Amino acid sequence: MPRHLPAAPRGIHRGAPSPGNSRTSGLSRRSVLAAGLLAPAAALLTSCGDSGRVPANTLRVMDSYSNDPDYGIIGGALEDAADRVGVKLQRVAVSGQSLIQRVLQQGSSGTLPDILMLDNPDLQQIAATTALRSFDELGIPTEGYHDGVLQAGTYEGDVYGVVPTVNTIALFCNTAMFQEVGLDYPRTWDELRGCAAELTADGRFGIAFCGNATYEGTWQFLPFFWSNGADERSIATEEAAEALGLVSGFVQDGSASSSVLNWGQADVKDQFVAERAAMMVNGPWQLPELSGIEDLEYEIVMLPVRDSAQAPVAPLGGEAWTVPATGDSAKEELAAAVLTEFLSDESILSMAEQRFTVPGRPALTEAYLQRRPDMDTFVDLIPEARARTAQLGENWPTTATALYTALQLALSGQADPAEALDQAEEYV
Amino acid sequence: MSTTDVHAHRTTTPPADRATGGGAQVTAVRPPRISARGRAWRQRLVATLFLGPAVIYMVLFFGYPVIQNLIMGFQHYTITTFFTDEAPWAGWANYTEVLGSPLFRTALANTVIFTVGSILGQFVLGLGLALFFRRRFPLSGALRSLILLPWLIPLIVASAVWKWLLDTDSGALNRVLMGSGLIDSGIPWLSSTDLALFTVIVVNIWIGIPFNAVILHGGLQTIPQELYEAGSIDGTSRWQAFRHITWPMLRPVVSVVLVLGVVYTLKVLDIILGLTGGGPANATQTLATQAYQLSFATFDFGQGAAVSNILILISLLFAVIYLRLNRRPVDE
Repeated sequence: MPRHLPAAPRGIHRGAPSPGNSRTSGLSRRSVLAAGLLAPAAALLTSCGDSGRVPANTLRVMDSYSNDPDYGIIGGALEDAADRVGVKLQRVAVSGQSLIQRVLQQGSSGTLPDILMLDNPDLQQIAATTALRSFDELGIPTEGYHDGVLQAGTYEGDVYGVVPTVNTIALFCNTAMFQEVGLDYPRTWDELRGCAAELTADGRFGIAFCGNATYEGTWQFLPFFWSNGADERSIATEEAAEALGLVSGFVQDGSASSSVLNWGQADVKDQFVAERAAMMVNGPWQLPELSGIEDLEYEIVMLPVRDSAQAPVAPLGGEAWTVPATGDSAKEELAAAVLTEFLSDESILSMAEQRFTVPGRPALTEAYLQRRPDMDTFVDLIPEARARTAQLGENWPTTATALYTALQLALSGQADPAEALDQAEEYV
Repeated sequence: MSTTDVHAHRTTTPPADRATGGGAQVTAVRPPRISARGRAWRQRLVATLFLGPAVIYMVLFFGYPVIQNLIMGFQHYTITTFFTDEAPWAGWANYTEVLGSPLFRTALANTVIFTVGSILGQFVLGLGLALFFRRRFPLSGALRSLILLPWLIPLIVASAVWKWLLDTDSGALNRVLMGSGLIDSGIPWLSSTDLALFTVIVVNIWIGIPFNAVILHGGLQTIPQELYEAGSIDGTSRWQAFRHITWPMLRPVVSVVLVLGVVYTLKVLDIILGLTGGGPANATQTLATQAYQLSFATFDFGQGAAVSNILILISLLFAVIYLRLNRRPVDE
């Protein structure tokens, strides 16, 4: 390493023997040290500067599809879109949890990418900071999407992001186990309770779901909460208590393991795959893995409602694509052009097909069902699916926290459902 | 005045020396013709140069974050701040909000129980193991290195494995207990609000034993064998030897282990996040997890900073106790 530093080798070689030279050797050692200290700093500076030296026809993209097959599918769709516009992409995929932290870092240092993916409940918080460009200003078409999809991307009347393909959750039922006990798939809460109890056997629970102390727990509780007419603007209501009573009842009756308090959605899937649960609440992103398992046959039905007259309301999931305000209007326009291509019919259909997600535009539904007939339940749920931030916007996280707190209080038997919601509302 | 001093010397440096990268320092090895005042000044300069890197490091990597955190605790610091650089002054609002929330009392109580329980368990077991490994027996070296194992495993991996072992229905621990007929149904280690904190403490003890055992074992090695020999001539029992020789000689090490242990335990985050995420129903929520969730889940960095500042204050208290203990000579 010192070979690259001109002063160093001479000093070292001449070094020790004569006292007259010791001075110079000391000196050059110092200069080596100084150079050594400066080198990393210099490297740091140049690496910081990198982001500013991206060529004019190259756009920076950041998303959180860091694992295959999603990484490749999204990457392919982005490349196709970029080719059609005639630009190059420099893509960074970070893991889901660290995306927001990266966005905040880049926001504070003014190095946001030209195209940015955000989880849809985070979009309004970021839009509220003025960090994003509105789609109308940039001329990216926003017509033809489902209401829920547009609401998820709208902040104070302007659309800042669009979710090309969406997902939600439903009830997965193990076909063999249902045949064993001779039951139909449940449509109402009463039937669901009955099935869960009947299907519980030695070494197996009737139902598995996620009730952990994260937003995942909230997300899985929402379909019961919303379908029964509860509203996130005021969570301590009778409708909410009924929904919470249903979910916590499974654990109290012994139809679900008390471990649901700690399970994430992936753990729930593991229980279902290991046949330790006859039903599970989960989403279509588990399908690639489930379809690879031999001898596991299942049916996907909508999550039951309390009264068969009620319409099921599902929570809307999926990732929104946005154009950050980077201040470079030429690149912002190029980014808009790439996103317009990325959100074209064929691009959306192909991503939806490969990733087991539902197109965000109803006009594509028919073509999609021809390619993926097994997704019919999810397709049916999407038109009425609701964005988590539709009512509360940027304030959603506090209520989401309150909801999983209530869920945990009720599931653990610390409080009855109504009390749990009362206590949790104090957190809002 | 002093700067011109340096310049004067620098200009007298022969050009040849400068070519090899010379500077003010050259003068340091040249003895003659310098006044006493100049020498004192130079000594101070040398001292400053030696101290400099350490001071810069401390200010940059300890001072700045702590002060920034203190200030943040008094600001409405949210996601918006990152993009606009605007953090309105909040006064004590973050603190009143945090202290008034029902969660704070739970988190504080849990922090105390978690810290006291973990330290007690880690220390007693660590000391026991250290004493045990003081004797030489076949394979004692191999066994001693085995205790280090929990330390080698990344915490997030350890907590994932423990979470799996402790699952109510399919966890290995409950399977073994049920198989041996000790219990009828699985014990909800992590999903019962009464048990979860206890379980998390036990896992944290498991993680902390190596640190305690290794440091205490090191301390034991420094106690001269002659003391025990003298004791045995006086006819001490084992307990007396421990009480009057081992314990007093070990005290400085004990104080280090305990104070470091308290500070480490107060801020434990990953194990709790990995095992329970603060649940069930906040039963394992500590100040550290609350600060994390406020800052990085709800993105209220101001309130998160307020909680961390309270945590820093508590840690500081123990640091002061530690310094006090160290200042006093140990053997009376």
